[in-house]
Amino acid sequence: MKASPNNYPEEAALVIREHPEVRASVTGATLNFDQNRRKAYSEIDTEAWRVWAEAVKNHLLTHLDGYLRQAEASLVANGVQVHWAEDAEAAQQILARLVRENQVRTVVKAKSMLSEELGVNPLLESLGARVFETDLGEYIIQLENEPPSHIVGPAIHKNLEEIRQVFHRHFGTALNETPEALAAVARKRLRDAFLRAEMGISGANFLAADTGTIALIENEGNIRLSTSTPRIHVALVGIEKLVPRFSDLAVFLSLTARAATGQRLGTFVSLIQGPRKPGEHDGPEQVHVILVDNGRTSVLADPEAWETLRCVRCGACLNACPVYRQTGGHAYGYVYSGPIGAVLAPGLLGLEAAKALPYASSLCGACFEACPVRIPIPKLLLAWRSRAVEQGMTPRFEAAAIRAYAFTMTHPLLYRLAARFIRYLPDQVLDNRVVPVVKAWTEGRAGLKPSPKSFRELWESGEAQ
Amino acid sequence: MRVALFITCLADQFFAESGVHAVKLLRSLGVEVEFPARQTCCGQPAYNAGYWNEARSMAEHTLDVFQDAEYVVLPSGSCTTMLRAFYPELFRERSSKFKQAEDLAGRTFELAEFIVKVLGVTKLGDGLRGRKVAYHHGCHALRELGIKQEPLALLANAGAELVDWPASQECCGFGGLFSVKLPEVSLSMADQKISTLPRADYLTSALAGCLLHLSGRMQNHRVGLETTSPYGLSEVRPLASLLWQAVEGAA
Repeated sequence: MKASPNNYPEEAALVIREHPEVRASVTGATLNFDQNRRKAYSEIDTEAWRVWAEAVKNHLLTHLDGYLRQAEASLVANGVQVHWAEDAEAAQQILARLVRENQVRTVVKAKSMLSEELGVNPLLESLGARVFETDLGEYIIQLENEPPSHIVGPAIHKNLEEIRQVFHRHFGTALNETPEALAAVARKRLRDAFLRAEMGISGANFLAADTGTIALIENEGNIRLSTSTPRIHVALVGIEKLVPRFSDLAVFLSLTARAATGQRLGTFVSLIQGPRKPGEHDGPEQVHVILVDNGRTSVLADPEAWETLRCVRCGACLNACPVYRQTGGHAYGYVYSGPIGAVLAPGLLGLEAAKALPYASSLCGACFEACPVRIPIPKLLLAWRSRAVEQGMTPRFEAAAIRAYAFTMTHPLLYRLAARFIRYLPDQVLDNRVVPVVKAWTEGRAGLKPSPKSFRELWESGEAQ
Repeated sequence: MRVALFITCLADQFFAESGVHAVKLLRSLGVEVEFPARQTCCGQPAYNAGYWNEARSMAEHTLDVFQDAEYVVLPSGSCTTMLRAFYPELFRERSSKFKQAEDLAGRTFELAEFIVKVLGVTKLGDGLRGRKVAYHHGCHALRELGIKQEPLALLANAGAELVDWPASQECCGFGGLFSVKLPEVSLSMADQKISTLPRADYLTSALAGCLLHLSGRMQNHRVGLETTSPYGLSEVRPLASLLWQAVEGAA
């Protein structure tokens, strides 16, 4: 089946049924991330930080046009070349031009979800460039030709055994190699790529509008190398990634690291201020920033969904989500998965193309609790669901059943009759697999057994008095 | 003090006995209990599935039924959340109903919360002495209403030993229609939750739906389950029944 957001129900069931190892890996990794996040949150006045971060992002988003112009001016003043891309195709064209003009043969990539969204790797390969993902997790899934399954830990659906097999197949390493030894193999190959590459492509965690500073958080050092070693650095930046002031980074860098991995700060933080200046010995000769819309302005114009754009892509909601934990990210059929993916996808792709995802939640609220910028994900999931209903995108039998149920519940006499009725049904009906809803319930759960008398009957007969 | 009991549809049909226990419990605390006969369902399944017009019709019915109640008490955290947090949302753009919804929200309490916060009672008796209890926090009560300590305090003060359940605050996978729209995911969540359940005499919660889901999964013998608690099955008993047991002692 083709990966697509609307195949979520089938894909999720498939993973659970046939790949129990995915649930085990994802559960282990996300519970660990989540526990670390809680600990890191407990060290600060998290509520105050979250409320502040929410307010700063709200301010940014409500003045985005002005801040984008300011960011462009700051970047240009720093010697950065700024490009605007309305959609994925425009971004690809800009990138293709840069690759051709500079005769780029080898590209090193720092982990960037936006590059996944834009389809950068297939484009580069079609231009004849060799592409190396340099984040270790991304490197592993690139070897397997898989998309990332998590915003921060792209390969968390794989356990050590599987990774050993991947390395064995590709590099002939022993099947009992230590993680350190496997990392060393990747490191050596990537080191060569860093030295050979003419272009490094990164995303951006933040872009400060007042100073034009590109801020990047990481733990492996690969982003530092990708953005400083090659002649050309291209940063792909979603227009919502701006912050108004350089000084805002003081909070955002730490809050994001705490939310994502439970660290007080990423091991490496790069603050990129433009290309190599005269007299400097290293750094790229050219720095390009591609500011990407790709559906974001239409989300911004949405009276409810706009809050989604506060997202800093920390992945905390994925780690907190018990639904995500059962399947990992691939079942969602979209570059962004988990709770944030379920509200971003209908915004960026349109509801029709992603109408299954807002239902991929039990609405438990753990995502909102974890979110460093307080995106009301459960509320947004509900908003998308109500639009799906309004626009007639839900199954007809479901709509009819809900109407019948609401009619019953607004007519107490009918409710009373229905309560009598279910008690006259032979056991097999509430226990078997004929009625679809009952079937979905009883496949995996014991049959439903009503109390011998309803509470209302007990009350009216005086047994509850 | 007069309390209108909103039994909720699931408890009415599946946990009727626990409704009787809620009545006895409230009366033992000197509360006058009434049961408005026209009550049905709060409408949450429709609300959660996005059918807001249908949810609104059920909300209007419920607003009407409980219009004159001094307090509305529910033995369900999730339905309490529906009345308290989601009814005002549903009527936000309809001013007269919105006021009515806000008014009802201010008089509505989950059972344990009502006992602790409104009645100011934290000790019901010691009828749970020596009993090991695993408490499942319903997501809505916990995260939307912040009800966490009240049920735990009532259970512990009655002598119950609250077992350390790592997943006690994690969603069990019920989620209303979620449980039948995405049954595999829902069951997988239940299995994960149950697998961390320590040995206990009772598994309890203020959520009828979660209890039906969890007990249904635990009793299920159709599939080869490796996920039931290694210590075997706990008896599943609604919170209202356990709180009455706190007063009465073991039945």
